[in-house]
Amino acid sequence: MTMNPYRTQRIAFSLLFLANALILLLVGFVVVVIVQKGLPAITWQFLTDVPRQGMRAGGIFPAIVGTLYLVAGAIIFALPIGLLAAIYLSEYAKDNLLTRLIKLAIVNLAGVPSVVYGLFGLALFVVFFKFGASILSGSLTLGIMILPLIITASREALESVPHSFREVSLSLGASKWQTIQHIVLPNAIPGILTGTILGLGRAAGETAPILFTVAAFYLPLLPGSIFDQVMALPYHLYVISTQVPNVDEKIRYGTAFVLLALVLFMNLVAIIIRYKFRMKKKW
Amino acid sequence: MVIFTIDALDVRFGSVHAVRGVSMEVFANEILTVIGPSNSGKTTFLRMLNRMNDLQSNFKIGGTVRFEGENIMKMDVEVLRRKVGTVFALPLPLPLSIFDNVAYGPRMHGLHNRNRLAERVEEALKSAYLWEEVKDRLHESAFKLSGGQQQRLCIARTLAVEPEVILFDEPCSGLDPISTAKVEDAMLKLKQRYTLVLVTNNVMQAARVGDRTAFFLSGELIEIDKTDKIFTAPSDTRTEDYIRGRFG
Repeated sequence: MTMNPYRTQRIAFSLLFLANALILLLVGFVVVVIVQKGLPAITWQFLTDVPRQGMRAGGIFPAIVGTLYLVAGAIIFALPIGLLAAIYLSEYAKDNLLTRLIKLAIVNLAGVPSVVYGLFGLALFVVFFKFGASILSGSLTLGIMILPLIITASREALESVPHSFREVSLSLGASKWQTIQHIVLPNAIPGILTGTILGLGRAAGETAPILFTVAAFYLPLLPGSIFDQVMALPYHLYVISTQVPNVDEKIRYGTAFVLLALVLFMNLVAIIIRYKFRMKKKW
Repeated sequence: MVIFTIDALDVRFGSVHAVRGVSMEVFANEILTVIGPSNSGKTTFLRMLNRMNDLQSNFKIGGTVRFEGENIMKMDVEVLRRKVGTVFALPLPLPLSIFDNVAYGPRMHGLHNRNRLAERVEEALKSAYLWEEVKDRLHESAFKLSGGQQQRLCIARTLAVEPEVILFDEPCSGLDPISTAKVEDAMLKLKQRYTLVLVTNNVMQAARVGDRTAFFLSGELIEIDKTDKIFTAPSDTRTEDYIRGRFG
C-alpha cells in the first residue's frame, strides 16, 4: 500500500500542532487553577503580615523577603563568576583539553539534581565553612546551581556578536580586552541579562537546595544579617501543604500564586528585554 | 622610500598554502593595486601586512615582512595596526553613532579630550569626502547611512587613527558605480599623505587608480610593475591573459 504524501504531511502537521496545543493547555491549566484558587487569598495583609496561629492564618511576608534575599545573594555570587567564565570560554580559550574539560564540567553541573546541590551546600557551606544554616549558605548553593545557566546564556550572547565587529575593532589597533569591553560586551548585555533573569526565576522556585542550607520551618521575623536563617516561599509552600495539618486551602494556593507570579514576572522581564533588544538590533 | 619589504613570504592555514614565496616592496605614497583571480592569495597577502591573519586558526608564516625595517611578527601588534589600517570589502560600521564610529580608534589610543576628538572626527570625515553629507547627523546610527556612505565612513574611521598605510580589501565590491567613483576619488587624494595598497577584483579599477600593480596567481606573485606597463606590455603571458579576461 502506498501512502499519499500529501496526507502523510497533513497527519504529521496535526501531530506537531497537537503537541503544541497540549503544552499550551497544560501551562494554561496550571495557571488557571492557581489563579482561581489563590487570587482570593491575596490581600494587603496576606502579603505584608507574618504567619500566625501555626501558619494557619496571617501572611507570608517573611517568606517573600527571604526568597528575595536568597535570589539577590545567588545573583551577586553567580553573575560575576559566570560572566567572567563565559568571557574566558568564548573569547580567550583555545580549543584544547582544558577547554573541553571545562565545558564538560559545565554540562555536568547543569545536570546535577537540585537535591544534590542541597546536600553539597550543607556539607561545604553549612558544615565545612561553618556558615551554618544561613542566607549566605543558601545563596551560595543557589548560585552554584544557576551558574551553568548563566555561563551558557552569556556564552551564547557573546558568541552571537558578529565576528566582523571584532575584526574592525582590532584592525583599528584596539587591544583584545578593549574590543571585548567596548564592542563585544555592550552588544551581548541583553542576552546575558535574559539568561540571568531566567536563572533568577529558577533560583526563586527551587526547594531542595535551600532545604538544608537556609530555609526556616517557622520564623516570623525578618533576618538581621546574612548569617540568619530565613523562611522562603517554595519551602513554606511545602511546609503548609504537607507538614502542618488543617491549613486553609486559600492560604496554600495564595502562597503558590505569589511564588508563581514572582517567577512568571521575572520571565516576563526577560522576554521584554529580549523583545526591546530585537527591535533595536542594528545588524 | 620603502615602507614594506616582503621577503619569501609563505602563508599557510592548516593544509591550505595561500601565499607562496612572495618577495616585493611597497613604496611610500604610492597606490599599489593587487589583482588576480579568487583564491590567488591576494587578500591573504594584504591581511598579512597588518597581521589580520593572526586571527585565523592554524595560521603559519614563513619568510619575513618588514615594516619600515622592523619585522612585523616581532612588533607589538596594536602598534602595527595603528600604523597600518584596513578598509574591508563590505562596509562594516560598528553598532555606534556616526561620530562614535570615527572616534573609536582615537579613543582606544587614549584620546579623550572632547574638542580634539571632535576636530579629529571632522578632519577624518572631510578627508573621506563624507563630512558635508553627515555633519548635521553625526549622532545618528551609522547603519542609517547608504552603502557608499558607510564605506566612506569606514575610510574615515581608519583615517582618524592617523595611520601611515591604508589597506583596501576590495572596498568597492558592494558599491554602485557612482559610490565607487567617490571612493576612488578619495583614494587618489589620500595618496599624497598615505601609502595605499588596494586589492581589487575589478581590473579596470586597478588600472584607474594604481601607480604600480601586482598580479597574483595561485598564491604566487607573477609580476609587479608600473601600472601602465602591466596594462600595456606585461612581461608574463598569464598577466596578459588575466587582464584581457581570458581566465579568472
